[in-house]
Amino acid sequence: MSVDATTVRRIAHLARIAVSDAEVPHLQGELNAMLAFVEQLSEVNIDGVEPMTSVTPMEMKKRVDVVNDGEIADIIVRNAPDTVNDFFLVPKVVE
Amino acid sequence: MTDLTSLTIAEAREGLASKSFTASELTDAHLAAIEAARVLNAYVLETPDRAREMAKAADAKIAKGEGGPLAGIPLGIKDLFATRDIRTTACSKILGNFIPPYESTVTSQLWRDGAVLLGKLNNDEFAMGSSNETSCFGPVTNPWRREGSNTTLVPGGSSGGSASAVAALLCMGATATDTGGSIRQPAAFTATVGIKPTYGRCSRWGIVAFASSLDQAGPIARTTRDAAILMRSMAGHDPKDTTSVDIAVPDYEAAVGKSVKGMKIGIPKEYRLDGMPAEIEKLWSEGAAWLKAAGADLVEVSLPHTKYALPAYYIVAPAEASSNLARYDGVRYGLRDPGKNIIEMYENTRADGFGDEVRRRVLIGTYVLSAGYYDAYYLRAQKVRTLIKKDFEDCFAKGVNAILTPATPSAAFGIGEKGGADPVEMYLNDIFTVTVNMAGLPGIAVPAGKDTQGLPLGLQLIGRPFDEETLFSLGEVIEQAAGRFTAPKWW
Repeated sequence: MSVDATTVRRIAHLARIAVSDAEVPHLQGELNAMLAFVEQLSEVNIDGVEPMTSVTPMEMKKRVDVVNDGEIADIIVRNAPDTVNDFFLVPKVVE
Repeated sequence: MTDLTSLTIAEAREGLASKSFTASELTDAHLAAIEAARVLNAYVLETPDRAREMAKAADAKIAKGEGGPLAGIPLGIKDLFATRDIRTTACSKILGNFIPPYESTVTSQLWRDGAVLLGKLNNDEFAMGSSNETSCFGPVTNPWRREGSNTTLVPGGSSGGSASAVAALLCMGATATDTGGSIRQPAAFTATVGIKPTYGRCSRWGIVAFASSLDQAGPIARTTRDAAILMRSMAGHDPKDTTSVDIAVPDYEAAVGKSVKGMKIGIPKEYRLDGMPAEIEKLWSEGAAWLKAAGADLVEVSLPHTKYALPAYYIVAPAEASSNLARYDGVRYGLRDPGKNIIEMYENTRADGFGDEVRRRVLIGTYVLSAGYYDAYYLRAQKVRTLIKKDFEDCFAKGVNAILTPATPSAAFGIGEKGGADPVEMYLNDIFTVTVNMAGLPGIAVPAGKDTQGLPLGLQLIGRPFDEETLFSLGEVIEQAAGRFTAPKWW
């Protein structure tokens, strides 16, 4: 399988990465090189094989559902590019 | 007094205990060495004030007889580990000036045991790379050069800063992480020892995530013993990482020097690649001969799905990366580029903040997880991964204690030499190491010799799950036979 220019733009939008028209051919070539490389997996017989979900067989640990942290809003927003009163600021999303 | 920076951790520990020198003197010697070696670009942030403070605290504890197992040992920390109140960037522009309000579990355990932070070490952006050339702080220089040449070589990656700093005596040991070979490949390129522990052995909490089912932290050091000393402090159960395993941490150092007599060592025939350089082949047989001389039994084994590990990795790892890196959106931390609306703000921020390699992997990961392609790519790769793991299980079920392979298909190469036209050329560096991540196993790289141009080469030993001790015992045999290799100082 290989990707065309339209698919490259669609993936870039899904990944929320702006891509200029000038970059598309180059990216298309690189992605197709990677897809050509992984193509060899199609020769492996995977009939009846379970997909791996956990590399170390173990039961997922669950913590007790209790509040054990909090009241640290100022610390949480400390690294944000734009805030007001412990809120994250973003461009308007609701008209 | 001998140069304090050339001591091993084990030697420094003795010197501190016998009061031959203080932790402050040991730290000062390293800070001076770092300052004189900035040309290597191994550190992206030096923290001399913090280092002196921690060394002083270590001296006070040692004086009272309360020094921990790493009291006063100066270390470098890969910039992928969150360090409280100290800038952590994963060497990506998108994290900008991120100052974590928390400490990663692994580093917190090192400080608990008395270690000293010298600074943050360079790495490939988000640990994606095999040469440390994708860092937003620029490439790292390998202290090793070809004989009679001034060509600048890469230290490998992604833990290139860690490997370069340890090899150039700019710290006594370093933390590193390994998703497809990022500890073992740079260790092999710099004549240092690097171990990727079993998945779940070290907590991933507070380490910038790349591919969560493959990422594992481990040490890079100058000797097998030093790596064992660091591992004991880094490993252990952490309730904050659900994949961290609740198994007691053994005294890894006790395994160093232990007899390997009667151990069964597998030599996998699938690792004998077409066109493999003769010197790699020779190194591999030499390693086998050393283990045999130490009393181990060598057996040929088969790992039939080996050749599919790298392609399966380049589906699984980018898929997980595309999901993990979705968090970098310009809202909660790091870089923000303006846009007309919130989507455009996300798109501009991520286009500006991610480097080429990271962008490439996020795009391929997004593609293989997208509607209509999931089964053909991701699901198939996860099934192949099951087969890769089964190859190893079959091998261990036949009584094999560990598997010996070359660590890398070549020695260090020049900056800008690989991956320019085809990204896959760079990916092939991890051909011997990536299987280990896919199967969640422990793997150690130890220096074993030099190529015809005088560059270091390493061997890899792959162990059973949670049997890092056997790897330390075998690694020591190779180290004793091969000797240690130090880069001649030119900087």
